Amino acid sequence: MSMQRISIDPITRLEGHGKIDIFLDEKGDVANSYFQIPELRGFERFCVGRPVEEMPLLTNRICGVCPEAHHMAAAKAADAVYHVDPPRTAKMLRELLYMAFYATDHTTHFYALGGPDFIVGPDAPVAERNILGVIHKVGLEIGGKVIQMRKYGHETVEIIGGRKVHPASSIPGGITKILSEEERKHIEEMGRWAIDFALFSLQAFKDIVLANKTYLDLIVGDVYTHKTYYMGLVDENNKVNFYDGKVRVVDPEGKEFCKYEPKDYTKHIAEHVEPWTYLKFPYLKNVGWKGFTDGKDSGVYMATPLSRLNASDGMATPKAQEAYEELYATLGGKPVHQRLAIHWARLVELLYAAERWVELVTDPEITSPNVHKVPTEVPTEGVGIVEAPRGTLTHHYWTDERGIVTKANLIVGTTNNYAPIQMSTNKAARNLIKGGVVNEGLLNMVEMAFRAYDPCFGCATHSLPGQMPLEITIRTPDGEVVDVVKQFVD
Amino acid sequence: MSESFEPVIVGFTCNWCSYRAADAAGTARVKYAPNVRLIRLMCSGRLDPTFVMKALAGGADGVLITGCHPGDCHYIDQNYKALRRFLLLRRTLKGFGIEPERIKLVWASAAEGMKLANEINTFVDEVRKLGPLNWPKWDSNGHAALQPRSEQVMEVTA
Amino acid sequence: MSDKPKFAMYWAASCGGCEISVLNIAEKILDVDANFEPVFWPVAMDAKYKDVEAMEDGSILLTLWNGGIRNDENEHIAHLLRKKSKILVAFGSCATEGCIPGLANLSPVEEIFATAYHTISTDNPQGIHPQPTFEVPEGTLTIPTLKPVLKTLAQVVDVDYYMPGCPPEPHQIAAVIDLVIQVLQGKAQLPPKGAYIGCGNSTVCDECPRARNVKHITAFRRIQEVAPLDPEICILEQGVPCNGPATRSGCNARCPRVGAQCIGCYGPAEGVLDYGARLITAFASVVDAKEPEEIEAILDGIPDPTGQFYRFNLADSLLRASTAAWKKNGH
Repeated sequence: MSMQRISIDPITRLEGHGKIDIFLDEKGDVANSYFQIPELRGFERFCVGRPVEEMPLLTNRICGVCPEAHHMAAAKAADAVYHVDPPRTAKMLRELLYMAFYATDHTTHFYALGGPDFIVGPDAPVAERNILGVIHKVGLEIGGKVIQMRKYGHETVEIIGGRKVHPASSIPGGITKILSEEERKHIEEMGRWAIDFALFSLQAFKDIVLANKTYLDLIVGDVYTHKTYYMGLVDENNKVNFYDGKVRVVDPEGKEFCKYEPKDYTKHIAEHVEPWTYLKFPYLKNVGWKGFTDGKDSGVYMATPLSRLNASDGMATPKAQEAYEELYATLGGKPVHQRLAIHWARLVELLYAAERWVELVTDPEITSPNVHKVPTEVPTEGVGIVEAPRGTLTHHYWTDERGIVTKANLIVGTTNNYAPIQMSTNKAARNLIKGGVVNEGLLNMVEMAFRAYDPCFGCATHSLPGQMPLEITIRTPDGEVVDVVKQFVD
Repeated sequence: MSESFEPVIVGFTCNWCSYRAADAAGTARVKYAPNVRLIRLMCSGRLDPTFVMKALAGGADGVLITGCHPGDCHYIDQNYKALRRFLLLRRTLKGFGIEPERIKLVWASAAEGMKLANEINTFVDEVRKLGPLNWPKWDSNGHAALQPRSEQVMEVTA
Repeated sequence: MSDKPKFAMYWAASCGGCEISVLNIAEKILDVDANFEPVFWPVAMDAKYKDVEAMEDGSILLTLWNGGIRNDENEHIAHLLRKKSKILVAFGSCATEGCIPGLANLSPVEEIFATAYHTISTDNPQGIHPQPTFEVPEGTLTIPTLKPVLKTLAQVVDVDYYMPGCPPEPHQIAAVIDLVIQVLQGKAQLPPKGAYIGCGNSTVCDECPRARNVKHITAFRRIQEVAPLDPEICILEQGVPCNGPATRSGCNARCPRVGAQCIGCYGPAEGVLDYGARLITAFASVVDAKEPEEIEAILDGIPDPTGQFYRFNLADSLLRASTAAWKKNGH
């Protein structure tokens, strides 16, 4: 006897494809749910035969929302393949590009993707669950600021990487771009504006979300909570770093479980296969795959902004460190397990990215012409790991003696979270859908369970049916009005 | 199947040397395999690799390119271009799984009718041994490059 | 509901970069909002497939489709949106020519599976591969089936316009939006069907600021062997394989401006039938050698010619796929 099935197809307001099938038993309660990924393109196969210096360009196309993450992981893996250590300036330029990207990416997710569910209300009408609904709630200037932040972030990426989407300048041994003083000044201006914007966003979160008891209950409640292991990249002081470091994993109680160098990832991570989906489920090898369950005995781990904060001992920049302390003080200490708190952690990271952006661009060596070291060793094999906004990103290449790829293994950011996402949507469905009562709002609350993980995409101003009056003022960092755009406003 | 397989070969011959050699062979009644469909170019340097791709995609099992001996090109040194294109083309086709032996470059002067006939016969044998290529007939309906060219491409200066 | 013309944007086998590039038109997105009513745009709004199925045929004025046709779901939605749309644009390199995912056409689908589900970190002793249908205790689960080769949008449905680029640059997208709005206001005419829009008529070389001289290449180099390049001189002249000569203009030669070679993401230039063939011609023409051994030694400097010359364009080339990809599965 086949059960009643509800299909959410496709899932929306994220990057990529997916569908959720929910099965109801005779009582109308959820018997089970399956979060399926219906796509496979085959990067690990068709990268074989390509020169390794093309990997930062080819793997960009794994994801056009976070190509910068793949670009950096690929560049680092290619460095490792050639056993070459790029000059300091090259690494700083790469990380600077990366911080500007991070600030942009976290912004668009918070304001236009996951945020609206949160800020406007989880079962608000469809027409309001988007950036315009957010603006309606918090003020018209917000839209302008969000556009500005995206503009500044992508402009910085374009200066250093050549293009806004799919940067081109990282190669084995360094980078092809030398930064001029004029460009440096401009990037610094934009970075300082970004810090203010990040502080503003954190304040907005406190005013709108934390000050609202219903939302706070949603955040700290059990429906969206799972106690798992947490993973993130940390520097030598165990502070969060997105570009480089060692991978650290803490257990559900917050104790360090393991800390490894990129080249040792296969000793710690394995991937499980299910026949009903194209995506694999990574888990901690030394705990084992026990199925889709929480707890210390299950190898399931999460890799998100919240995970990075959980897995670290703090943030490496002062304002972000304050925000980090406030988050844990409010939510009752480390580690925090409530998935909706990822939205808050994301804003703490936004602040860190902006502060680090300014730190890097004010370093005296950032304009040095010493941006590349020609590799001299025979290429063999290498691993590059960075933190993508959505989780730890691993690129592993093997090449022949000419540097042509013979094998590749990729464990991509969101993939780390596939088991947690399956578990979160399953738990949400079971708790929210009872007695056969199903409506659009409840289904959206099931989708909210995956949106917290930011499965890759942002949209600054996605438009809607309806005639929303809107006036947006664009200003330079000095407050001078550049443009005023209006619709349905006299 | 292989007993009755007769390869289809497209042969691009240059007007000044090799086409005349083929002509000479015909006049002297020197027999050569009928599998080659000859297409005359003014020079082997006119050989656009696109022609070879089109021939293979269109059903040919092999492609023969003939030109004047190095140093004898009617247009001075365009046959060197043909040589370089041929070598790079063969490497590229290998990546598509097409055996390098399916494409051949032969130099023949106008007086070498016999030599050309022998080369053709040898090549037909070699391709016969390789077997049919049978490239899929991708329908040209919707092939983006074959869309009618539009006069008005909207140009935007950055 | 509004009486604004309806708009849709959909992604198939793509990466999301085209969506981000649309958003990078910044304030201009409000012009889209002012002039169109989006009815289906999975990245941005919550309309589902069943909502599209319920729409009247031809009721969507403009659909921007990005992504290649990799599986049967992509193909099904392509036919669906073709039916429901008046104007269908192949947006971006994936839809126009297959783009990077088209490189999968060099391997049979079995090899893609054999690689993905048996990597060094994959724990799969039973050799499980994802199945198009699978029975779970509660019912039957389905996922789409990969087709033997990846196809472009025009290879499966009738396409009205092509917008090249991986992704199309925002200034080009803004220009196309302006044109469409002018058309809606009766101030301009749409280009003839089949046109390439949001791009130039020439090659990337034309937009490149570097100096170009007669080229005599005695060696092809890998960029990491010679970086950083001389910023004033043509990249190909410095021996690094740059696809500018056969690639369509419109991007403003951004990659050469930052010191990296053009990899060809804007697709074939106007009038080019097979992109790779044109590049073979261009590169062979500048090799400075006459003896076969010398030539071969220089060509050894391009270790992956198939990838170099067909990186974005494989699925739309004359050959489209390798023998390995199509031999077993037949067509």
